[in-house]
Amino acid sequence: MIQLTDICRNFQVGEETVHALKNINLEINDGEYITLMGPSGSGKSTLLNVMGCLDHPSSGTYLLDGKDVTNLSETELSLIRRNHIGFIFQFFHLVPRLDAASNVELPMVFAGIGRAERKQRVQKALNSVGLSHRARHKPNQLSGGERQRVAIARAVVMGPSVLLADEPTGNLDTHSGSEIIQLIEEMNRAGLTVVIVTHDPSIGERARRRVSLRDGAIVEEIRK
Amino acid sequence: MNPLDMLMFALNALRGHKLRSVLSMIGVAIGVTSVVLLTALGEGARVYVTGELATLGSNLVVVLPGRTETTGAMPALVGTPHDLTLEDLAAIRTRVPRIRRTSPLTFGQALVSFRSLSRNTNVIGTTSEFETIRRLKISRGSFLPTGDPQRGSPICVIGTLIQKELFPNLNPLGQVLHVGAYRFRIIGVLEPKGQSVGFDLDDMVLIPVASAMKVFNVTSLFRIFIEADSYSELESVKRNVLNILKERHNDENDVTLITQDSVLASFNKIFRALTLALAGIAGISLTVAGIGIMNVMLVSVSERTPEIGLLKAIGVKPRQVVLAFLTEASLLSLLGGITGLISAQFLVRLSLKLFPKLPAAVPDWAIVTALGVALGVGITFGVWPARRASKMDPIQALARR
Repeated sequence: MIQLTDICRNFQVGEETVHALKNINLEINDGEYITLMGPSGSGKSTLLNVMGCLDHPSSGTYLLDGKDVTNLSETELSLIRRNHIGFIFQFFHLVPRLDAASNVELPMVFAGIGRAERKQRVQKALNSVGLSHRARHKPNQLSGGERQRVAIARAVVMGPSVLLADEPTGNLDTHSGSEIIQLIEEMNRAGLTVVIVTHDPSIGERARRRVSLRDGAIVEEIRK
Repeated sequence: MNPLDMLMFALNALRGHKLRSVLSMIGVAIGVTSVVLLTALGEGARVYVTGELATLGSNLVVVLPGRTETTGAMPALVGTPHDLTLEDLAAIRTRVPRIRRTSPLTFGQALVSFRSLSRNTNVIGTTSEFETIRRLKISRGSFLPTGDPQRGSPICVIGTLIQKELFPNLNPLGQVLHVGAYRFRIIGVLEPKGQSVGFDLDDMVLIPVASAMKVFNVTSLFRIFIEADSYSELESVKRNVLNILKERHNDENDVTLITQDSVLASFNKIFRALTLALAGIAGISLTVAGIGIMNVMLVSVSERTPEIGLLKAIGVKPRQVVLAFLTEASLLSLLGGITGLISAQFLVRLSLKLFPKLPAAVPDWAIVTALGVALGVGITFGVWPARRASKMDPIQALARR
């Protein structure tokens, strides 16, 4: 469960202070499916990064599963990201020199999970995104849709409770884009909390709950 | 996280930019090679020189006229010493117990000629026992005969170079050689021996000591060699020699005694210092290699910025990021170091083939030090790039493409 209270995020750009997020209050329950929409510069990506513990709010409090994570150290935050959060990016961010299986394996390697268990979980994760036959392919041998599916497998392999996707279809054609969305929705149906940042209304409308941002503030919230 | 996994991750990253990795490894390899090779050659030179000195015999005492305060260096004259004479030698020979043999030495340069050929060379005046004391070998004829050192017979023994230069197509035995204004019959030719501690034994004419004193018109000796019965007698022989010479020289301590021990020790020290200096100079190239590693790592960090962002996003701890890049730098330097050691061993073998006289050998401490320093260099120069990676802001890192 994500509880954001009075979250502000300010950037210093030269002399000027930019208010990227202004007093955001948002609660997301476990297993919810929510999209963040808004024009570029509206603060939707910043909000996602705050939820993912990649960015520190300038003020306000963030409770993740009831635990205050606002003022944790870098190392403690990395542990939260490792165990509770899965990220999906617009540009996939696969490590180019590693094949699909090794990319999926990466979080578990650094988490110190044993070799045998890693192998098993990689297989399962690749299976769940329908890519077990491409396990030994390098990213440059995969299509955009396949790359994003590898990235999804990597995001869920540590068994997080929250899946955060920043424009996951922004770099894909319509067909593979909708496949990716369906895959993410499948993960949601399996129990994952899903937050998708998008400016594509057709994707935004699929979620049960839609939050629209403008100039760093929530301007509209629609629940189906 | 498992250290082996970290190693594999780093190795994989290095393979991601093979050319750069190999080039910076070569830098370390050259550094290590030069350190190890130069120390090996320095050690070889040390062993060679001290071995050469040791062939002079460890039971040997050399008497020099004049008093010096330091041993091992060339003697600097202090005051006006008494000459060393043949009478001094006779006194030592008769009065010092437990000596095996003695031999005087006078030394000068003279023009030696045979028919129309002539050559400026070293002329040494000595006695028959010089042959054994200096481990000389005769290839033809015989050495100077034993007899009264006061009697100067007109006979000589020549080195191989003299034979080659003056008797190109002739058996020199029995021929008459002019040394300065005097004539000497050649009775022997030395075996080629080459340079030995300052003397070119091939470019040399040996004549009886009394004859040499006549040729050079001197009454004093340049050196007296005394060989003790055994190494353990050396100290008592030295004491006795000093006492007798003091008594004969108006109660003045005006001679210097050199034993091979002190010479050996000095040479050892000099060569150790030289080897260390060489290693130090070569060490500079290791520093250069370290900067090469830093450069490669900095390029790697900046090139892999998105990857670093991703590592942070998937929950890799900052410490692990530092460790990952440090492992990479250490691997570079360690692999380079090992390559360098192998190539140094190869070059040392090669030098042994080319110069079998120089017993070049890689000392164990050089291997350990070179590898240690290489690894240290990798880690030292890897810290900054690694910290830079770990401090990167993940959001900005992910935004870079």
